[in-house]
Amino acid sequence: MEHEKQGFVSKYIFSFDHKMIGKQYFTLAMSMGFIGGILAVLIRLQLGFPSQPWPFLENLFPVGMASGIMTPEFYVSLFTMHGTIMVFFLLSLLPVSGFGNFLIPLQIGARDMAFPFLNMLSFWTVVPGAIIIIISFFVEGGAAASGWTAYPPLSAIRSAIPGSDLGQTLWLVGMIFFVASFTMGGLNFVVTILNLRTKGLRMMRMPLTTWAQFVVGILGLLSFPALAAGALLLTFDRSLGTSFFLPAGIFIGDTLMPHEGGTPLLWQHLFWFLGHPEVYIIMLPAMGFTSDILATFCRRPIFGYRSMVYAIMAIGTLSFLVWGHHMFVSGMSPFLGSLFVVTTLAIAIPSAVKAFNWLFTIARARIQFTSASLFGLGVVSLFVTGGLTGIFLGTNAVDIQLHDTYFVVGHFHFIMAGAGLFGAFGAVYYWYPKMFGRMLSERLGKIHFWITFVAYYAVFFPMHYLGVSGMMRRIYDPNVYEFLQPLQPVNLFITIAAFVLFAGQLIFIYNYFVSMRRGAPATANPWNAAGLEWSTPAYPGHGNWEGEIPPAHRWPYDYSEPGKKRDFTPQWEA
Amino acid sequence: MSQTAIAQADWGGGASPFGVTWQKMMMWFFIVTDALLFAGLLVSYGVVRIATGDWPTQSEVFSLTYIATMTFVLITSSATMACGVKAAELGRPKTAAKFVWLTILGGFIFLGMQAYEWSVFIGDGGGITANPWGSPTFSQFFFIITGFHGFHVLTGVIVLLVVAIRAAMGRYSPAGVENAGLYWHFVDLVWVFVFALFYLV
Repeated sequence: MEHEKQGFVSKYIFSFDHKMIGKQYFTLAMSMGFIGGILAVLIRLQLGFPSQPWPFLENLFPVGMASGIMTPEFYVSLFTMHGTIMVFFLLSLLPVSGFGNFLIPLQIGARDMAFPFLNMLSFWTVVPGAIIIIISFFVEGGAAASGWTAYPPLSAIRSAIPGSDLGQTLWLVGMIFFVASFTMGGLNFVVTILNLRTKGLRMMRMPLTTWAQFVVGILGLLSFPALAAGALLLTFDRSLGTSFFLPAGIFIGDTLMPHEGGTPLLWQHLFWFLGHPEVYIIMLPAMGFTSDILATFCRRPIFGYRSMVYAIMAIGTLSFLVWGHHMFVSGMSPFLGSLFVVTTLAIAIPSAVKAFNWLFTIARARIQFTSASLFGLGVVSLFVTGGLTGIFLGTNAVDIQLHDTYFVVGHFHFIMAGAGLFGAFGAVYYWYPKMFGRMLSERLGKIHFWITFVAYYAVFFPMHYLGVSGMMRRIYDPNVYEFLQPLQPVNLFITIAAFVLFAGQLIFIYNYFVSMRRGAPATANPWNAAGLEWSTPAYPGHGNWEGEIPPAHRWPYDYSEPGKKRDFTPQWEA
Repeated sequence: MSQTAIAQADWGGGASPFGVTWQKMMMWFFIVTDALLFAGLLVSYGVVRIATGDWPTQSEVFSLTYIATMTFVLITSSATMACGVKAAELGRPKTAAKFVWLTILGGFIFLGMQAYEWSVFIGDGGGITANPWGSPTFSQFFFIITGFHGFHVLTGVIVLLVVAIRAAMGRYSPAGVENAGLYWHFVDLVWVFVFALFYLV
C-alpha cells in the first residue's frame, strides 16, 4: 500500500502508523529506563559506600550531594523516582505501550490500530508526563520522596519533608498524564483485538503475546481508575486542605496539623487496587513474548496453548482480588488477611501452569541459542526464583516478619522487574528485524545476556539474605544499626555487581542504535517463525502488507510437524 | 445492535464479534473505565463516612425537593437524548438535531441548578473544609463528588454541542449521535447513584 509521501514531522513525530508510535515508545521508555538505571546506581553507591564523599557528583547535584556526600533527603527522592520511573515509564511503556502498539496489528492482521489518532495522542500525552517527572528533580525541595507508592501523610502534607512539596505535586501531575495515556492505549488495544482480526484468526488462534496484551488492556482499563480517583483525592488534600487521607493529630515538627476525619489506609486500598494488577500489566506481556520466543527457537508448538490462555485470564482475574497482601502490616484484621493469603497463593496455580508449560516446551527440544531465546530462558529462570519467594511473602505470618525488608526488594526485582525486563529484551532481539529491517548483532546480544543474567542474580539474590537478616527496605545507611554492620560486605558486593549490571546495558544500547544503520539486512522471516507478523515485508511500510491482508489458516505454533518437509508451517499458509 | 447482528456475530476474524463498530465498542469500554473512577470515589466516600461520627442529616443541609427536581431534569434530558438517537437512526436529521438541542438545554439547566446549590451551601457557611452541620468530611465529599459529576455533565454538554453544530453544518452521522447519547445516558446514570448514595442514604 503506497501512501502519499510524508514529511519528516508526519512520519517521525506525529505519526499515525502504529509501528512508528511503537518505536517512539521504545525510544522514550529506553531513555527513561537509562535515567532510572542511573538513579539505581546512585542508590547502590550510597549503600555500598555509606556517606562517603564523591566530590565530582557535587557538580551534578549541588543540593542533594553537597560536598559530594548524599543527603538522606536526596536518597529518599532517588528510590522514589527509581521506582516510579522503572515501574511506569520503563516496564509499562516498553512491553505494553511499545510492543503492544507495534505487534498487535501485525499479529492479528490489521493495517493499523482501530483509532490511529487516539494512538498518536496517547503517546504525546505520556511525553509531557515523563518530562514533568524528570523536571521534578530540579525544583525547590527536589523530587517526590514518599516512595513509588506515595503513601500519605508523607505525600499529602506539603510541609512533611522537602520532597513532599513541589516534587510531589509534579509527581502527581506526571502520573495523571500517564494514566490518561495508558487508558487511551488500553481502549485501543481491546477494541483492535476484538474487531480487527483478519479472516480465520479466531481468538483461540491468536499468539500468546496478543492474548497477553488483550488481558493487559482490560486490566489497565479496570485498575487505573482506582489510582485516578486516589490521585484526585490526594490532589485535593495537598492543595485545598481537605483530609481524605489525613486523620487528626498529625504533628509536623511542633505544629499540629488542622486535618481530621480521613484515613491513610484509604489511599493504600486505592493504590494497591491499581498496584497489584499493574504488576501483571508488566508481567503478562513478558510471559507472552517468552511463549512466542521459546516456541520459535525450540521449533516446538507451545505446550498447552489453551491452558496458557486460561492461565493468562486466571492471573488477570485473580490480580484484582489480592491487593490486601501489600497491607498485612497496616492493621488489617487477621481474618481478612487470611482471605488475601488464599487468593494470593491461588495465583501460584496459573503461574505454575505457565512455568511448567514452558518447561515442557523446552524439554528435549533442540534449542537454538540465540540472544532472544537466551532471554526467554532467563525469564523462566527469574520467574521461578521470584515466584517461590512470592509464596513466602504472600503468607501473612511470614510477611509480617519480612515486610519492608530487602527480602521484598529482592523478590519483586526478580518476578516483576526482572522477568518483565528480560521478556522485553528477548522481544527486542526477536522482533528487531521487523522493527528496523536489520538484525541486531548476535555476538553483542549474547555478551549482553550473560553479563545481565549473572549480574542480575548477583545483585538481587543476596538481597533475600539481607532481608532475612533484618535490613530494612529504603534505609539510608544500614550502618547506624550495630546488627546490620556485619552485612556491609554483602552490600558492597551488591553495589559492585549493580555497576556491572548497569555497564552491561550500555552494550545493549550500543547494539540497538548502531544496528539500526549498520546491522545486517534482515529477510522477511529471519527466524523461520510461523506467526502472522512474519508474512509482512522485511521492513513493512504504513499499512503493513503490500497486497491483501493474508488470512489465518492455523494457529501460530505449527513447528516440527511430523511428516512435513519444512519444520514449520506459517500461519498464513493453508 | 439488532438481534440479527448478534446472530451474525462472528468470532472467526474478519468481522466484529459483537456486530458493532469499534467506535461504539470503544465508547462502551470507556464508560466501564469511567464508571470505575466514580466507583472509586463513591467507595472512598462510603469508607470514610462509616468511620465518621457526626454525619449530617442530608435533608437538613439541602432541600431534597430541589435535588429531586435536578434529578428529574437530568433524567428528562436522557429521554430527549433517546428520542434524538432514534430520530437519527430513522434518518430524520432535523428532528434529531431538535432533540439534541433540548438535551443540551436540560444539561445547562442541571448545571445552573447545581451552581445555585453550591452557592447556597457556601452562603450558609459551608466550604471545602467547613461544614456548620457536622463533620467537614461531608462537605469534602460533597464538593468532590458533585463537582466531578458536574464536570462530566459539562463535558457531555460540550460533546453534544459539537454533535449539534456538526449536524447543522450537514456533517451528520447517526453513529456519532448514538455514541454521544451513550455517554450522556452514562452521566445521567451516575447521577442516580450519586443522588441515592449521597443525598438519600
